[in-house]
Amino acid sequence: MLETRGLTAFYGDFQALYGIDAALAQGETVAIIGANGAGKSTFLKAVTGLLPSPPGAVRLDGAPIGGLAPARITRLGISLVPEGRRLFPSLSVEENLLIGGYGRAPGGYWNLERVYALFPALAERRRAPGPSLSGGQQQMAAIGRALMANPRILLCDEISLGLAPIVIRDIYNAVPAIKAQGTSILLVEQDIVQAMAVADRVYCFQEGRVSLAGRPSELTREQIHAAYFGA
Amino acid sequence: MEASYRVSVGGRYTRHLALAGALVVALLVALPAFAARSLIEDLIFVFYMLALAQYWNLLAGYAGLISVGQQAFVGLGGYLLFALAIMAGLDPLVAIVLAGVIAGLLALPTAFVVFRLRGAYFAIGTWVVAEVYRLVLAQWKQLGGGTGTSLPPEITNTVSSIEGVKALFDVRTSVARDMILYWAALALAAGTVAAVYLILRSRHGLALAAIRDSEPAAASAGVDNFRTKLSVYVATAAGTGMVGALIYLQKARISPDSAFAVLDWTAYVILIVVIGGIGTIEGPIIGVLVFYLLQSYLASFGTWYLILLGALAIVIMLFAPKGIWGYVSERFGLVLFPIRRRLVRPGDAP
Amino acid sequence: MTAWLDALLQGIMLGGLYALFAAGLSLIFGIMRLVNLAHGDLIVLAAFVVLVVTTALGLDPFLAALLAAPLLFAFGYALQFILLNRTLGRDILPPLLVTFGLSIIVQNGLLEAFSADSRRLRAGSIETESLSLGGGLAVGVMPLLTLASAVLAILALNFLFYRTSLGRAFRATSDDPETAQLMGIDNKRIFALAMGVAMTVVAVAALYLGMRANFDPTIGPARLIYAFEAVIIGGLGSLWGTLAGGIIIGLAQTIGARIDPEWQILAGHVAFLIVLVLRPRGLFPRAVD
Repeated sequence: MLETRGLTAFYGDFQALYGIDAALAQGETVAIIGANGAGKSTFLKAVTGLLPSPPGAVRLDGAPIGGLAPARITRLGISLVPEGRRLFPSLSVEENLLIGGYGRAPGGYWNLERVYALFPALAERRRAPGPSLSGGQQQMAAIGRALMANPRILLCDEISLGLAPIVIRDIYNAVPAIKAQGTSILLVEQDIVQAMAVADRVYCFQEGRVSLAGRPSELTREQIHAAYFGA
Repeated sequence: MEASYRVSVGGRYTRHLALAGALVVALLVALPAFAARSLIEDLIFVFYMLALAQYWNLLAGYAGLISVGQQAFVGLGGYLLFALAIMAGLDPLVAIVLAGVIAGLLALPTAFVVFRLRGAYFAIGTWVVAEVYRLVLAQWKQLGGGTGTSLPPEITNTVSSIEGVKALFDVRTSVARDMILYWAALALAAGTVAAVYLILRSRHGLALAAIRDSEPAAASAGVDNFRTKLSVYVATAAGTGMVGALIYLQKARISPDSAFAVLDWTAYVILIVVIGGIGTIEGPIIGVLVFYLLQSYLASFGTWYLILLGALAIVIMLFAPKGIWGYVSERFGLVLFPIRRRLVRPGDAP
Repeated sequence: MTAWLDALLQGIMLGGLYALFAAGLSLIFGIMRLVNLAHGDLIVLAAFVVLVVTTALGLDPFLAALLAAPLLFAFGYALQFILLNRTLGRDILPPLLVTFGLSIIVQNGLLEAFSADSRRLRAGSIETESLSLGGGLAVGVMPLLTLASAVLAILALNFLFYRTSLGRAFRATSDDPETAQLMGIDNKRIFALAMGVAMTVVAVAALYLGMRANFDPTIGPARLIYAFEAVIIGGLGSLWGTLAGGIIIGLAQTIGARIDPEWQILAGHVAFLIVLVLRPRGLFPRAVD
């Protein structure tokens, strides 16, 4: 469904990605793990059009989407939960959720009630301004916001960052409900345990390259360690 | 023993360029001896617009303070000249310098107010301040109030050394006065270019470049952003004040609307800098020459000429934001006033 | 005493006009951090458009403004989409210079098209009618209408911003343009829409400007300065603050004029400078900048 071939990315003169080949099939959950600076977030930015990519390097259902504006890509059904959540400070929690649905195609499972059902903590704080929430609640709001667009593909950039383990667990408990709607999920994670627990397949990035790919059940700790840190 | 690294400012041809520059200035100094009077008058205009452009460029292109209110100091300089010459009886050339100093002092409370604003709001704030100066000075009845006043001949005919020049070149009083004003304008223009060049070569120039690129980064490197910007603002005000004094000494007639005109002392100046190349010393020199040509040939078209200038500003900003010199300098790697720092390794050619 | 109360009332009404000038400027800065140096000249341009409609169709200014508003909306949309969107970014020089150039073009274009003659929008007898408030005080109907329109405009804008989906999009884009794109918001079109809305407010401002006093192509920059002062006094991000700012300028000017007619404009500037020195962020700052 979503695939990249030979994807490169640059920040000015600095090359962050060196030819990434990856794929996400319908209904799959794929995790991307790797150390800081490995290029994981860069990969997501390139997929969503926030960074330019070579023509044809990123394809959705076979069609190249590399040159499209991020707003267009969102409307094609790819939603990003950005690193650091990036809730809109001038908007309340509920307004943040509503704005997620701005580009949505009509119809679809996720709406306000269902997002509140998924994350009850948000319902209690619906009128509060975004920044007043705790880190975990902000993360839930950011995920809910992305869900409001009823995406076919949900991209999550480090949703466990800066959160306590118990909060991370609460957030990951929501993943099955999202999967149940048939949404494909691409998770970028530093928390390897959580990532491997929910993912069907895993990629490991190391300094802008794919250093390991496979099913969690088939990978050994040593392999992962080597791929993560580099031999 | 290890030789050490050092930082060198200056390009390969610094000596040659300096010599060429000195020759150009010498030629300009000698010009009144054999040039037509109209050329001398035109050059006075070119020199003072060049000086104004260098100051605006220092403020905006280097300190990042984009002001559309520098006409405040032009007008202040003009009025101070009239006040010092008429009411205090000072020799006009001395009054020019003193006007600059006082304008610089007045820049301090001005900065106190306008530095509270940032970015585009700072720009409009400087405009408001200029308007305040205009309205206040229009109340000064002794200098003509709202309609303004003229410099009496006793003053314009007794500018210092005018008798000496008359005798040396065997010319009328008015021609001698023009020559003296020409040399004063040349001194101001050349002095401004030299001063700006020296500032940018110094530590202060490095600090300015840092501030322009990133204020937080500059501050974390130990630059006192506020003091640096304030110094530049005050120095620019003083310089602009001197130029304003010279301009109105030449015009010999002042009024609030003329002295504080946004078009003449800000719009044209900004256009000169932008056409020539903002953030470079060479830029305003090129810009003033282009502007002089435009003004000479097209000013008679009135409103259409102004529409053309407005369109030119837009087109340049959108398609050639670095101006003529920016384009030339990038394409051919030319630099006339080298200010880039280079790290010289031991063993490299100096 | 009545003279001072009268000055007070006049000042408040004048403040309504300045608030109308300022609302468009405030909106544009709030959403896209763009300060349009041609704002005052665009108000004058709008006044001329209304004038042309009244003369060509023989309508009264209110109806003419109603017709002119969609035209001006489209103009604002096009201006932003084609020209001003290209200037947005980190550097503040391009929008400043481009709008400065635009200001010169509009002023001189109007001079070419309409000459420097003073014009006026004639609204008939309503111009001189007044309401008596008792105790020898009276307010002109026109100034009262101006203030009422300013309040209505701000109410409408606030409704747009805080109760509609488009308003949410405006606020989100203003907060974080990059993440707004991830929501499916096309920044270029949002900015163009915002400018269109601003030009509609400008149309209302122009209507009252033209009916209140004579106008000519050169009065734009002064309107920009009053608008800017009102926005700064009020505080960035707050439209009601802008109304308060306009009223303060209006009061300063009328009271200043009462003391000495030559001091009218200076008094406004002085009030602005005082507020700037004492409260640099304005009286009711709201925006997170």
